[in-house]
Amino acid sequence: METEDPADGSDGTIICVENLEHAYGNFRAVDGISFAVRRGEIFSFLGPNGAGKSTAINVLITLLALQKGRATIAGYDVTKEPQKVRESIGIVFQDITLDRDMTVWELLEFHGRLYTMPTGERRRRIDELLKLVQLEPKRNELTKRLSGGMKRRLEIARGLMTRPKVLFLDEPTIGLDPQTRMRMWEYIKGVNREGTTIFLTTHYMDEADQLSDRISIIDHGKIIITGTSGELKNTLGQDLIYLETDNDEAALALLKDLPPVRDIKAKTQGFTLMVNEDGTKVLPGIIDTLRNAGIEISTINLKKPSMDDVFVFYTGKEIRDEGQAPARPRFMRAGGR
Amino acid sequence: MPYGFTTIYWRDMIRFVRFKTLLVSSLLQPALWLAFFGIAMSSNFDRLMAGMPVPTGVHAVGYLTFMGAGIIAMTTLFTSLFGGIVILFDKNWGLMREILASPMNRNHIIFGIGLSGVTKSFIQAIIIMVFGILIGAAFFAGYTAIQIATGVLGILAFVGMFALGFLFLSAAIAISMESPEGLQGVITLLTMPIFFASNALYPIDAFPEILKIISVYNPMTLLITGIRYFAIGPDFVALGKHYMFTTADILVSFAGLTVFTGITFLLAWWRFKKAVVT
Repeated sequence: METEDPADGSDGTIICVENLEHAYGNFRAVDGISFAVRRGEIFSFLGPNGAGKSTAINVLITLLALQKGRATIAGYDVTKEPQKVRESIGIVFQDITLDRDMTVWELLEFHGRLYTMPTGERRRRIDELLKLVQLEPKRNELTKRLSGGMKRRLEIARGLMTRPKVLFLDEPTIGLDPQTRMRMWEYIKGVNREGTTIFLTTHYMDEADQLSDRISIIDHGKIIITGTSGELKNTLGQDLIYLETDNDEAALALLKDLPPVRDIKAKTQGFTLMVNEDGTKVLPGIIDTLRNAGIEISTINLKKPSMDDVFVFYTGKEIRDEGQAPARPRFMRAGGR
Repeated sequence: MPYGFTTIYWRDMIRFVRFKTLLVSSLLQPALWLAFFGIAMSSNFDRLMAGMPVPTGVHAVGYLTFMGAGIIAMTTLFTSLFGGIVILFDKNWGLMREILASPMNRNHIIFGIGLSGVTKSFIQAIIIMVFGILIGAAFFAGYTAIQIATGVLGILAFVGMFALGFLFLSAAIAISMESPEGLQGVITLLTMPIFFASNALYPIDAFPEILKIISVYNPMTLLITGIRYFAIGPDFVALGKHYMFTTADILVSFAGLTVFTGITFLLAWWRFKKAVVT
């Protein structure tokens, strides 16, 4: 497990996926995605529930058979060398997967043994990790007595147990309170700083925005766009101007040909202009144009594009059922016994 | 990675001793069977049999001794058939993903669960033997220390092989099913014919022909034959029937159990290979 990998990152990529497809019957959960994750970065899949994020992750971690396409992790093909892939990765699953009736220490010990870590190294690693995730006082506590945040931290510690090259995090902060989420982000960043590449899926805009080096927006099994948070926002122009008028249709027709206006999105009420220049400078001209045409403006709002705007622009919708739906299987499992 | 199964074994044993109620009830239950059912039945049967002639030179054993072997077998059957249920729980609670996504070969799950099930059955079998002797079952009557040791080892060998066979079967069913209720249903359905179409509580000679054929090939009958041979002897009378076993009979019984266990292992191996858990 500690040997150098021949094919690992000669070109700086550690995950390489080409035209990956995965269908359940007639439903294409993952519909031909290609992307590359560079070694040492935090890479996010941002998408609504049901976008195909978990399916993609399950194929990469070898829990689902690869149906079509190609995927390599740390230089190993997931179809041809699944054992090598498994030895190279750590996983934190979407739902809490801790045996409720084992202690914190036993849980990590079990994981280390599953991966045949030698006893001495295993014990040292457990001590290290318990310090890292600040669970040392809970060493002999049954996992069912831990809080939600502690459970998640323990799972991250478990994911790091075997010093993986890539750590997969499937919705790492789902169901956690805001403060705990922030602290989880700090842990994840810390782990990343120590050299572990992180691949995470999320449906939280802020998580993708603040945590990731690069983001792929994914919906209906397809990657819509990939880039850094800044790059993605820049595709929407420099500023967003939101207007409500007494005649939106006429206003749209007037404004769409103005030079600084890059694109216009009509909303149920009002519309948003994406402008290529500083919004504060463009706005007076726009107001004049509308006034001269006899159109009354009732509302004006000027802002920088946020990740939410990017997401809505590319998927055409607000994120679905924010954090509600996935809570069901989690409670079922957590409360199972 | 030849020792992966010990990890699975270790975890299952932690659970076995951690759930105190389960632990105590699983140890108490066979003793209670023997105490209540055994004593009640034997007091009746022994009275009925009292006047029956016994061939000279053959030693007759009471019903408690006779059915004690059946109780060991029954307990092993139940424990083993339910031994795989942990796999279903692991699957439903997402814990199986951790194991399946690890580099460990899946066969080690089957072996680990098998080994822990066998351990539990050994403990139970020994409890029944000790308790049985305490309440009057004539196990190992007149044996020397070496004969007793051989007898116990022989019984454990039979119990172990039988337990493995049904644990593999249970694991195969559990990994293929979705709900614990379904699993429970299937297992209950299985235990009935296996238990009653055997020589656990009565001789099979008086059975109708078809039932007799089933009984002869029933792994349960093979196990009980082995237990009686080692606990009572090769030549005895019980319930008015003269039992005689040759060494060859015993070897054939054990071979039969081995074949059964081989088949159920293949079944489990195939089901685990196919299993997709996400």
